[in-house]
Amino acid sequence: MILRDIAHTRSGDKGDISNISVIAFKPEAYDLLLREVTCARVKTVLGNMVQGHIERYELPHLGALNFVLHRALSGGVTRSLALDIHGKCLGSLLLSMPIETTR
Amino acid sequence: MIGVQSGENSAKPRNERKIRIGCGAGFSGDRIEPAVVLAEQGALNYLVFECLAERTIAMAVRSRLKQDDRGYDPLLAERLGAVLPAAVRNGVRVISNMGAANPVAAAQRATELARNLGLGPLKIAAVTGDDVLPQVRAEDRPLLDAPGSVWQWPGDLISANAYLGAEPIVAALRQGADIVLTGRAADPSLFLAPLVHEFGWAWNDWNSLGQGTVIGHLLECAGQITGGYFADPGVKDVEGLADLGFPLAEVDSHGTATLTKVPGTGGAITLATCKEQLLYELHDPTRYLTPDVIADFSGVHFEQVGQDLVKVSGGRGIARPEKLKVSVGYREGFIGEGQISYAGPGAVERGRLALAIVKQRLERLGKDILDLRLELIGVDAIDATRIESHPPREVRIRVAARMKTKEGAALVGREVEALYTNGPAGGGGATQCAKPVIAVVSTLIDRADARPDLHWEMVA
Repeated sequence: MILRDIAHTRSGDKGDISNISVIAFKPEAYDLLLREVTCARVKTVLGNMVQGHIERYELPHLGALNFVLHRALSGGVTRSLALDIHGKCLGSLLLSMPIETTR
Repeated sequence: MIGVQSGENSAKPRNERKIRIGCGAGFSGDRIEPAVVLAEQGALNYLVFECLAERTIAMAVRSRLKQDDRGYDPLLAERLGAVLPAAVRNGVRVISNMGAANPVAAAQRATELARNLGLGPLKIAAVTGDDVLPQVRAEDRPLLDAPGSVWQWPGDLISANAYLGAEPIVAALRQGADIVLTGRAADPSLFLAPLVHEFGWAWNDWNSLGQGTVIGHLLECAGQITGGYFADPGVKDVEGLADLGFPLAEVDSHGTATLTKVPGTGGAITLATCKEQLLYELHDPTRYLTPDVIADFSGVHFEQVGQDLVKVSGGRGIARPEKLKVSVGYREGFIGEGQISYAGPGAVERGRLALAIVKQRLERLGKDILDLRLELIGVDAIDATRIESHPPREVRIRVAARMKTKEGAALVGREVEALYTNGPAGGGGATQCAKPVIAVVSTLIDRADARPDLHWEMVA
């Protein structure tokens, strides 16, 4: 199972900071998100694309997590040389994260 | 859930009236016709256009520097020209940040446009005072999102715009403005202003201002809450994207809102689209800073009450930040870019050879290069973390460089184009571009240092 099977994501940008929301399709999957989608595992999926630290905010009644990725946009939209200057694709990449249901 | 409680349990309703606010654009280049549909069929009181991204205003400043009567949104005339006849006919008041770097010229252009369309009488207000370049030039301040200070940042300082809040827009509405054009204003404030004006919310009624900010945040990206930017075939399907409708909110005096769109338009408003948009560009959900309030999104509650009908409540807030955020723009060299494609067996290897050739040639330029990026689109341009195990049948090389000079930037694309006859076999479809870099960073300014004011234009 991968994250895409249980959740959807959207990426946003502000300066050199990207945020990725991870939202469970069904409320009952929230506990699985909490356990599986940690900052460390987000870092594993996105690797060096995130140069700074990662924070996670929990929104239990929305069944959602919000990740804030510092220094993730090559200096920010205005001077980045990246193809995807806004980091809009980061959330989609995160959906490839393997999810273990019987840990 | 506080909004639900105050909405349903409050002993004394403040006002039974509901206000309908539509969003007609979520960015400067957004589609035009959904706003016309909203103005014609949305039974709206207000139509808001959010057209000013972080960098847009710095580019608009450049355009104003070249020509005094420019610097507002380049699509202003086309957008307003399409929407004003229906808006005026139906008594819909228009609010937009399309004033960009020149709200006064924008108001003058809108006035000329309304006259040519035979519309009127109309009162058009421009909100000024977000331009704080003189203040930022006079006194150095630490940067918010980078080390160092405003004066230490490399590059030529060309713009400084403070994020203004809802207050000057409310003042314009109180004085009867039919159209309000701002420069840099916080996006949700464009939507909060009509709510404050209509319902008389106090400027320290933080929970109402917080809930109004939630509504603004949900609406401000237009199609992003009606199913745009959402579809993932087989997982998240959305019907009718080619005719995507834009959202409107029907709001009561407690701030409880129902989000919907004009029936018959494409897209969908569901709990999932609403949740994605609520968390869009959000950091700490309990502290969403605007000039009006520190909004708390953590208690926001969505309820699907019908097809394309989602009720939203529970936004809260605490006292507004003491200072205002300022976007500071700098001219910082140029970016040059070139692309060319390779296909068939060995495409990846030929692409890598092409990159190596261009790299070697560009590095002879020495110090003109500030930053260089070489990648294979389809292999590692977006996802640089892994190596493709199955070689793609086609790749596109991309070379991008930040250069000190315009000439240096132009050379990047030319070197890529030269691969046609000087590079690996079978390169096709070369493209190139060069453009100036406007870097934008942020700082904070005292509220007293930004003085919002109104400029009026009248159409008889």
